[in-house]
Amino acid sequence: MIYREAGNYKTTYAADQAIFTLQLDRVFMTMVMVLAFLVVPLWANEYWLQAVLIPFLIFSLAAIGLNLLTGYAGQLSLGTGGFMAVGAYSTYKLTTAFPDLNILLVFLLAGFFAALVGIVFGLPSLRIKGFYLAVATLAAQFFILWLFNKVGWFYNNNSSGNITAPPRELFGLVVTGAAAKAQVRYLLSLGILTLFALFAKNIVRGRIGRSWMAIRDMDIAAEIIGIRPLHTKLLAFALSSFYCGVAGAMSVFLWLGSAETEAFSIFISFQVLFMVIVGGLGSILGSILGAAFITLLPILLTNVPLLVGLRIPIDLQKHIEQIVFGGLIVFFLIVEPHGLARLWQIMKEKLRRWPFPY
Amino acid sequence: MSAASPEKLLQVDNVSLSFGGVQALSEVSFDVHRHEILAIIGPNGAGKSSMLNVINGFYHPQRGSITYKGQTRKAMRPHLAARQGIARTFQNIALFKGMTALDNIMTGRNLKMKVGFLLQALHLGPARREEIEHRLHVERLIDFLEIEAIRKTPVGRLPYGMQKRVELCRALAMEPDLLLLDEPMAGMNVEEKEDMCRFILDVNDEFGTTIILIEHDMGVVMDISNRVVVLDYGCKIAEGTPDEVRANKQVIDAYLGVG
Amino acid sequence: MELLNTFFVAPFASMFGSPLFLAEVIIGGLLTGVLYSLVALGFVLIFKASGVFNFSQGAMVLFAALTLVGLMERGVPVWLALALTVLVMIALAWLIERLMLSRLVNQEGIILFMATIGLSFLLEGFGQIFWGSNVKRLDIGIPNESIHLAGIPINQFDLFAALMAAGVVALLAVFFQKTPTGRALRAVADDHQAALSIGIPLQRIWLIVWSVSGFVAIIAGVVWGAKSGVQFSLSLIALKALPVLILGGFTSVPGAIVGGLIIGVGEKIAEIYWGPVLGGAIENWFAYMLAMVFLMFRPQGLFGERIIERI
Repeated sequence: MIYREAGNYKTTYAADQAIFTLQLDRVFMTMVMVLAFLVVPLWANEYWLQAVLIPFLIFSLAAIGLNLLTGYAGQLSLGTGGFMAVGAYSTYKLTTAFPDLNILLVFLLAGFFAALVGIVFGLPSLRIKGFYLAVATLAAQFFILWLFNKVGWFYNNNSSGNITAPPRELFGLVVTGAAAKAQVRYLLSLGILTLFALFAKNIVRGRIGRSWMAIRDMDIAAEIIGIRPLHTKLLAFALSSFYCGVAGAMSVFLWLGSAETEAFSIFISFQVLFMVIVGGLGSILGSILGAAFITLLPILLTNVPLLVGLRIPIDLQKHIEQIVFGGLIVFFLIVEPHGLARLWQIMKEKLRRWPFPY
Repeated sequence: MSAASPEKLLQVDNVSLSFGGVQALSEVSFDVHRHEILAIIGPNGAGKSSMLNVINGFYHPQRGSITYKGQTRKAMRPHLAARQGIARTFQNIALFKGMTALDNIMTGRNLKMKVGFLLQALHLGPARREEIEHRLHVERLIDFLEIEAIRKTPVGRLPYGMQKRVELCRALAMEPDLLLLDEPMAGMNVEEKEDMCRFILDVNDEFGTTIILIEHDMGVVMDISNRVVVLDYGCKIAEGTPDEVRANKQVIDAYLGVG
Repeated sequence: MELLNTFFVAPFASMFGSPLFLAEVIIGGLLTGVLYSLVALGFVLIFKASGVFNFSQGAMVLFAALTLVGLMERGVPVWLALALTVLVMIALAWLIERLMLSRLVNQEGIILFMATIGLSFLLEGFGQIFWGSNVKRLDIGIPNESIHLAGIPINQFDLFAALMAAGVVALLAVFFQKTPTGRALRAVADDHQAALSIGIPLQRIWLIVWSVSGFVAIIAGVVWGAKSGVQFSLSLIALKALPVLILGGFTSVPGAIVGGLIIGVGEKIAEIYWGPVLGGAIENWFAYMLAMVFLMFRPQGLFGERIIERI
């Protein structure tokens, strides 16, 4: 009976509309933030930061982006990888062409370019829905990667065909490229994710979020109460691609350091989609939980057999991973289509009544 | 006919609508006066719902025109109709299933909300104020329709009668000048019907909203409507006060299946 | 002006310059198209009968081909291997129905779609664990030589593939039109609830339709595998079948076939005549772009029914 609503009186609508309405939730969230910003960078080693935490943060951002589009606005997209690539390549072009530009500004601009591309490929959504739209987004995925592969201008015609993050500074610290310390890159990623997650939450609980969900649940009825379908869907595409674009930029500049188009293949699109499904469609928190789950799973699958002294050939391991992924997706869709976010909610409800059974 | 007289909110002129070979409406004309409750009745398949769909721009008639607030138009998109103050409810409830009752009703305020998306993302001053201001308005309607207890319930979980009420509330949240109700009392028991009648009359009274409603329950129609339009096979066969219509021979024939 | 020439004049000029070569390109495209059609056909069958958009059709093709090759590598004769593969696919359909579909009844289409994405990962994983992931040759004894028809060289194997596809389609047509099961399938496609209410067992229908799709997957797997080897990329043709479906309409069998042929020919022609100008490998995205542009003008596909929205 510690975690409870009784006694938490809401006397204003403002209080009722807050993200965390319970005192205990706010305390818990503050603790998580302190842990993430202060304790983790001191404690975590290079391996954990580089192999687990940074990709988790970046994919969280991409998953939030996809969730805005698919979970909230109901438009299925298989083009996440393509939109991430737009962000990554724009960042590369911008920062090599204008080396003095602040790297955060470059990230934002890259997100902006991704948003524009997202709008172009979102245009068919006025006339087509569901699976049909998924095909249109596949067109984005394949066309964009092909373009970045074929046109040398995008990777400055270098012989490797890769884009490599040049070192850029922020507050006197090198934050991008090979020279940047993992702690710094982690903190920057965390900062960006925290801000953008908050923005996303604000968007989805306000007018725009409601019009997205209205379009998702019943587009005709939404139009009849005055929601403009094209406008609303395109905004979802734009914002979603913006998030994916920034995530793409971060994945090259704050994580991989160097990449080619293969880093944004259709498999990445699927992976982000899985995060959204496992985490929970239509939930910002779910996107983050899903990203954590899907990034941690392969690491778990690699390390658990090693711990018990089992050596598994690399390709077998890959297939096992495929099976576990596939099985989990099916399992989640059967058991809890609303994903980890719903499980978390159920747990909180249980906690509210604890220690009584009902 | 073209000059709108002040008391006429809506004029339907010779509207014809067909789908492929099926003639849904043929040459239908009638007027709707400000502040009245007009009932459209007729047997199943008479084109009543099609008529509402034409009025709010969801179907575009092949011939004829609609004059609303003095503006004549042939075809318009539903969201523009909404912008001009036409709201409606549906025969098969069209609520947003994944959202709570409160969120559903708040979507009705969407058109009135102006704050741009950047401010919304930051949830700063104007965005926060706007949200609260509209919440206040919505809460008044929730109070009016007596659905306080279910505001945070996802609408998918609500019983049918409550869903109908939430849907009416969402339409009212748009502060419409013209409210189209498509069988608002279908599938309700007597008590629920009485409640709904009371709400409709109150809306008409208190907000001065003009209402067009489709209803099968003749008792209800005769009780609450000022005038009645009767459709049969897409044609208007009678128009007048409830008493006039009740006495009309054609109407009796249509309902009893003669001719 | 020069741009105009390279894009709109030169390709056509070279087409008409050597019609024989053009014919060869078209025939090559048609034969690839047949394979797309076969995969799309599996999609359409399942979509029609159960409303499930089966993303895993490509993985089923891979799984079928892997099973067949795996059995043959272990010395099982072709006919027995084929029969066993058919049994495996039926068992698979049963498992899918039992473990997945029956637990997802009444879910939205998009949830089912995503479940089949999961399923395709499962099939790819299991298939490769059981039978290995190296590229395998599938030899079913058809010579890979060309015969000449009116001066145009036609690969004998491709011809065989086309005939086989035609045979499958004819067989399916008879099955759907003439047998009671076929009629039940069409009834289910029209309306699940109504079909249930007149006593058509939905679960069995699903089992049948997934088995039939499995069978179509075997044919596609055999043809494709014999042509270019059995390997992981086989499951990627599933993605190519998506634009085919868009073109043909999700519920139309003739649509799947014509759509497949159009995409097959279209992407070959595009690759050969416009590819060099654009830097090559446009086959990767051409089909999707074509489908996307097509969608803007005809959202219901070539043979799909016009969508009338109701409220």
